[in-house]
Amino acid sequence: MELAAASPVIEFRDVAYRVGGTQVLSGLNLQVMKGETLVLLGRSGSGKTTSLKLVNRLLSPTSGEIRVKGVSNAESDVIRLRRGMGYVIQDVGLFPHFSVERNIGLVPKIEGWSEDRVRARVQELLQMVGLPADIASRYPHQLSGGQRQRVGVARALAADPEILLMDEPFGALDAITRDEVQREFLLLQQRLSKTVVFVTHDLREALRLGSRIALMEAGRLVTVLAPAEFLRSTDPLASAYVRAFGEGLGSAANRGTS
Amino acid sequence: MNFFGFILQNRSQVLELTLEHLRLVGFSTLFAMLIGIPLGIVIAHRPRFNKPVLASANIIQTIPSLALFGFLLPVPWLGERADRLAILALTLYALLPIIRNTYTGIRGVDPAIVEAGRGMGLTESQLLFRVELPLAVSVILSGVRVAVVISVGLATIAAAIGAGGLGEFIFRGLAMVDDRVILAGAIPAAILALAADFGVGWLERRLQRR
Repeated sequence: MELAAASPVIEFRDVAYRVGGTQVLSGLNLQVMKGETLVLLGRSGSGKTTSLKLVNRLLSPTSGEIRVKGVSNAESDVIRLRRGMGYVIQDVGLFPHFSVERNIGLVPKIEGWSEDRVRARVQELLQMVGLPADIASRYPHQLSGGQRQRVGVARALAADPEILLMDEPFGALDAITRDEVQREFLLLQQRLSKTVVFVTHDLREALRLGSRIALMEAGRLVTVLAPAEFLRSTDPLASAYVRAFGEGLGSAANRGTS
Repeated sequence: MNFFGFILQNRSQVLELTLEHLRLVGFSTLFAMLIGIPLGIVIAHRPRFNKPVLASANIIQTIPSLALFGFLLPVPWLGERADRLAILALTLYALLPIIRNTYTGIRGVDPAIVEAGRGMGLTESQLLFRVELPLAVSVILSGVRVAVVISVGLATIAAAIGAGGLGEFIFRGLAMVDDRVILAGAIPAAILALAADFGVGWLERRLQRR
């Protein structure tokens, strides 16, 4: 199913999500284009994680629809849908009883890849995320936080999905490690050009990694801006973010101008 | 004649009753696992059922064992053979620790891990068999361990309804006011309980970190 380059890979159409009496999301219209990194920026409770989980159908919208590659989520096979997108979360969620190799190779294996092919793919991915080959036989509890996070990214990339969903993946790392994995992410993204939806509350991270930044507040999409535009924006909320994060942001938005 | 002399002299009967005892405990534990583990899995995934199921298992646990054996005696197919009845009663008693530990074990799996698995596109059964059960196995087994130890003790009472097992010696000894006979039942039962405790404990440790 080939689609024109201009058609969005992920599309939110008038999406609302309500749980109990709380309106978590309302009137969300948003398009994610092929190969871009769209950052959902907002504080906790703004609905950014909810939006992400609607994409891989961990949640279903109360109204409206989400279309992935032109097909409404409600009509697609949920297992196929999820296997077509990598998912990385802040707590990583590596399987503690599996070695690194089995963690990364799980989806390819249940997709029926041969053992040799899985092993080769695991090695390729470890190299891609900057981990040594001999880490494959270790268990998650034997790894540092940064290593675990890289394994999480490798696992999400395992079956070569077109889409990556990342929910504050680097939020729990120390500043130096975070800087490292962000840089690696940019390099990786240059090479792979996945369609990425990236959730964060950190403006600096958003400016650095995002092609576009979707600013959310209280369940609504406030505005969608490229990093350089974001810094110049007169939107009260956007400028409040810029003020809160202070000096030196201009250099963070290195990709917005290039 | 001292206790050891008595055991030696009656060794074939001691062995026979021990095997009978093992059979009662073995079958009842097996049945309790076949019922209790799936039930524990269901209530871990459907919290709506957890209260009624755990409450029922709890109530069974509070029925005095002798009374339960007595209650079941008039039930048609069961009452015909005392060992059937004993196995059913022991199964009912073994349910609670197995259901509760399965429930606790599965609920105890880090939600982030389950969510990551679901987000990766694992089906619910792949999630259960590859993630939840392996991570819960040591908690489930410690429930089985408690169940086995309880059953070994309770099975001695099955002799009161003629189901055999090491309780025969105990009841006979009580009737004869002969400590040796009581001990010939009690000591092998205690050894069985310890051995079962050790055996399942060993399995539990082996499966914990692979």
